Amino acid sequence: MRPDQGPDQATETEPATLLEVRGLTTCFKTGFDGREINAIEEVSFSVAPGETLAIVGESGSGKSVTSLSVMGLLPPQTGRIAAGSIRFRGRELTTLDNTAMRGLRGNMMSMIFQEPMTSFNPVYTIGHQIAEVIVLHQKLGYRLALRKAVEMLELVGIPEARRRVDNFPHQMSGGMRQRAMIAMALSCEPDLLIADEPTTALDVTIQAQVLELLKDLQARMGMAMIFITHDLGVVAEVADRVCVMYAGQIVETAPVNDIFAAPRMPYTAALLGSMPRLGAGRDRLVPIPGHVPPLSRLPKGCRFRGRCSFARPECAAGEPTLDRIEPGHDVRCFRVGEPDLLQRSAS
Amino acid sequence: MFDDKRTETAPGEPLLRVRNLRKHFPVGGGPFRRPPVAVKAIDDISFEIAQGEVVGLVGESGSGKTTVGRTILRLTEPTSGQILFDGQDVAALTPRQMRAQRKRMQIVFQDPDASLNPRETIRQAIGRALRIHRIGTGADREDRIVALLEQVGLSGDYIDRYPYEFSGGQRQRIGIARALAVEPEFIVADEPVSALDVSVQAQVINLMDDLTQRLNLTMLFIAHDLAVVEHISDRVIVMYLGKIMEIAPSQTLYDAPRHPYTRALMSAVPRPDPTIKRQRTLLQGDIPSPINPPSGCVFRSRCPSAGPECASIIPPLEQVGPGHYSACVKNRQFG
Repeated sequence: MRPDQGPDQATETEPATLLEVRGLTTCFKTGFDGREINAIEEVSFSVAPGETLAIVGESGSGKSVTSLSVMGLLPPQTGRIAAGSIRFRGRELTTLDNTAMRGLRGNMMSMIFQEPMTSFNPVYTIGHQIAEVIVLHQKLGYRLALRKAVEMLELVGIPEARRRVDNFPHQMSGGMRQRAMIAMALSCEPDLLIADEPTTALDVTIQAQVLELLKDLQARMGMAMIFITHDLGVVAEVADRVCVMYAGQIVETAPVNDIFAAPRMPYTAALLGSMPRLGAGRDRLVPIPGHVPPLSRLPKGCRFRGRCSFARPECAAGEPTLDRIEPGHDVRCFRVGEPDLLQRSAS
Repeated sequence: MFDDKRTETAPGEPLLRVRNLRKHFPVGGGPFRRPPVAVKAIDDISFEIAQGEVVGLVGESGSGKTTVGRTILRLTEPTSGQILFDGQDVAALTPRQMRAQRKRMQIVFQDPDASLNPRETIRQAIGRALRIHRIGTGADREDRIVALLEQVGLSGDYIDRYPYEFSGGQRQRIGIARALAVEPEFIVADEPVSALDVSVQAQVINLMDDLTQRLNLTMLFIAHDLAVVEHISDRVIVMYLGKIMEIAPSQTLYDAPRHPYTRALMSAVPRPDPTIKRQRTLLQGDIPSPINPPSGCVFRSRCPSAGPECASIIPPLEQVGPGHYSACVKNRQFG
C-alpha cells in the first residue's frame, strides 16, 4: 500500500491530504435538562488519498461520533459540531447545508456500518436500493443503474449476482449483506470510504473474507479509507496509520508499525497488553484496572490517569496536549518526555 | 505452579459425560405449510469434562455451542442422548429433581443486562438464589452476599445498588457472583466476556481463571473468540454446524491443529502484529444453513481439502494423538 512517509508529508504539506479534520468538537444533548456534553473534543487527523487510517478505541471513546460528524450524519435534534473544521479536498464541510452534503455523500465519500440488516430497507430488493443510489448520484437511467448494480455485486464477490440482485435483505446471510452494503457504498466510486466496525457482527471466517475484499477493492479503486474498530487485530491487518481514541480524545497517532512495536501513550500499551493472543498459552492477561469514565464525569487532568500505572500527581493538574514526538507520531501524555517509560515497565 | 497442575490432561473421573447428545428444533409447519423440518442444532456429540477441568467450546454462528451449554443444564430439553453428571443422567431427572441439581450446576450468561432484573438490587437478585436453594438465613445471607461480592472483586457496600449503577464489567461480575452463590461444582459460561471492552474483558477472564482454581470449579467455557478460549481452557472443543470437528488440549490445538476447519479458523483470526504477512487459508462461501446441512461431512462445502468421499461418509471423531481427536476422513493424511 502506501509508503510510510506518505502521510507525514501529507500533514506537513497540505496538498496531499484528502480529508483534514482540525480541532473537531461534537456535543450531544443529554437527559432532561438538555445539558450538552462533548462526545469528542479537539479531534484532529488527516487522511491522504488511497490511505487507510484506523481509528481504534473502546466503547465511549468517540470513534463513531467522529465518523458521523465527518459524514454530516449526526442526529439533528441532539448532536451538533460545536467547534473545529472538516475539509474535504480543501472544501469546508461544517458550513455546508444538507443539500450540498447530500451531493457529497455517496459520490465523494461513503459509509458502511456494523449491521447491514438495519442499514438496508427490508421492503425493497438489494438491487433496487443500489440502483437508487446510482440514479441519484450518477444521473443514470434506472435500467442502466440496475445493470451497474449487478456489476457491483459481482465486484464484491457475490455468487450468481444476476439472481441475487432481486433478493430482499432478509434472503441474504450476514456476510453477503455486508458485501452488498459494500457494493452500494462503492457504487459511485467514492474517494473516501468510512467503514464503522464493518466486520464486528460477522463470524471470524467471514470477517477474513470481508477484510480481504475491502483491501483488494481499495487497492483497485485507489480510494482512501477510515476504518473504525475496537479490534487491534483488525487494525494490524488493514491500517497504514492509526489513531487511538480514549474518552473522546485522540491520545496517540502513529504509523501502524509504530503503534504495535513502540506505543508511547500508556493507554495504547496497556490496551495491547490486555489482549488475549492466540498461541500465548495460559499466560496471565494484564488488564487495565477500572473502566472508561463516563463523559459526564470525566476526571480532571489526563482522562486516563485513574487507570494508568504511570500516573503521578501532576497528571491531575492540567490536560495533556497531543504533541508531536517524532515525524508522524503524536502522543497525549505528560510523561512522554521519558522515552524509556514503557520499555522499562515491559521488562 | 498452578499452571503445572492444570495442563495435565483429564486427571481422575470425568465429572460430566455427554453421550450422543442431540437437539433438533422443529421449524416451519402449520396448517397451510409444508411439514415441519428439524434443525439439527446439536447432532450426535459426545465429550467428557474431568473434575476441575476448564473446557473451551468454540464455534461460529449456527455451530450449536450455546445450545450445548443450555441443554446440559436442561434450560433446553435434549432430543436424545445422555448427560451424565457425577454418574447421574441429568436428562432423565424430573423437574423437581432438576431444580435441586441446579445447586450443583450453574450458568453465567453473555449479557448481564438481560440476565439481571433492572428492578432488583443485588441483595434481592443474589438473595433469591440463596432462598430458593435454602442456603443460610437472614443475617447470615447478608454476610454471604457481601462475601460473594468481594470474591468477584466488588465492594460489599454495593449490596443495595441496582444493576444500572454498575458498568458492563461490574455487571458481569455480579452475574458470576450470582452463579457462585449456591456453591456449584460446575459452571457453564456462555460467552461471558463477549459484550465487554478488551481492557475489561481481561479483568473478567483473570477473575474466572482465579475463581476456577480457588474454588476447584469445573467449567465449560463457550465463546466464539479462539484467543479467549485458548487462554482460559485446558482443552478445547471445536464445533461446526452441530458437530464436533476437533477436541485437543489448548496448546496442541494451537501448535498442531488437525482438522481443516480448525486450521482455517485459526488462520482467520486477525493477529495484532502488522509485520506478519501470512498466507491465509481463506474459506470460501458462507456457513450453510443448519436447516439444510451438506451430506456426509458438514464442513465439506467450504473445506479446501474436500474430496468426493466426503459427501457420503460422516467422519467419526478419531483419536489422532494424546487427548487429541479429529473428525475428518483424511485424518491419516494430515498427520
